[in-house]
Amino acid sequence: MKFQAKVTVSLKESVLDPQGQTIGNALLDLGFENILKVKTGKIFTLEIDAETESDAARTASEAASKLLANPVIEQYKVEVVP
Amino acid sequence: MKVGIVIFPGSNCDYDAYQAFKMIDGVEVEYLWHGSDDLRSVDTVVLPGGFAHGDYLRAGSIARFSPIMKRVIEFSDSGGFVIGICNGFQVLLESGLLPGALMKNSNLRFVCRDVILRVENANTAFTSGLKQGQLFKMPVAHGEGNYYADTMTLSKLESEDRVVFRYVDRGGVVTAEANPNGSINGIAGIINEKGNVLGMMPHPERAIEQILGSIDGGHIVRSVCMAKS
Repeated sequence: MKFQAKVTVSLKESVLDPQGQTIGNALLDLGFENILKVKTGKIFTLEIDAETESDAARTASEAASKLLANPVIEQYKVEVVP
Repeated sequence: MKVGIVIFPGSNCDYDAYQAFKMIDGVEVEYLWHGSDDLRSVDTVVLPGGFAHGDYLRAGSIARFSPIMKRVIEFSDSGGFVIGICNGFQVLLESGLLPGALMKNSNLRFVCRDVILRVENANTAFTSGLKQGQLFKMPVAHGEGNYYADTMTLSKLESEDRVVFRYVDRGGVVTAEANPNGSINGIAGIINEKGNVLGMMPHPERAIEQILGSIDGGHIVRSVCMAKS
């Protein structure tokens, strides 16, 4: 069965995100005073052939920890949609 | 001795590195294609600068899975000498041969300019030909050179004298202005625990002739060739 997995990779909380800060400042300049913080990240959409949803999630997590995210500075979240 | 320069698709300092090492007496230089799994019995492996595999995803993240990297990791595990310059340093970090990560420069710009490096540890296999505290001028050219390591890793690196080069000003002092990328503690180069894997962001191979603005890089290249187990 085909599943779609969405892997969101973002910098860990402890790691400085200068891109997010710069975008946050720009938003503030545009008048978005209630946007308190911006964090940047990447989204990968994986099409996965798997038996079950949890198999697909496992494959996506493996891909994320092996390649998509760098565990030294990044964290990831996996969501699977049938 | 024999030096092997790895070429990844997107390497662009491979030829510079070849020239720089070729200039040293008694050094034979060979290219090693990333798709090969043969290190051709070289004594030292050089991972040169560039944009291996387009730097897609993260700099060095795809290159670490190139067939030759399996051999490079085995080679370093058995004590072989490996040096990564710029993109090569990024590949070493992604491969786990060195700790930490290189993030986007703190000013978010690609930085291409001369920097001054201070030799922080002249007692490594790669730096025995240099003097402790010696200053060198050479270029950096990178968008992701902002060295980061968690607090524990960083204090281990510092206490074990594994920071080999630091960005300093003309007076030899670590300052924010002298640091081109926001690298933590002004770190420009580090070495692994065993002392046989060195990674650095600046380009010694681009500072080997007066016409290039500096010959200081030649001292580092010469010293790297003195590495003996």
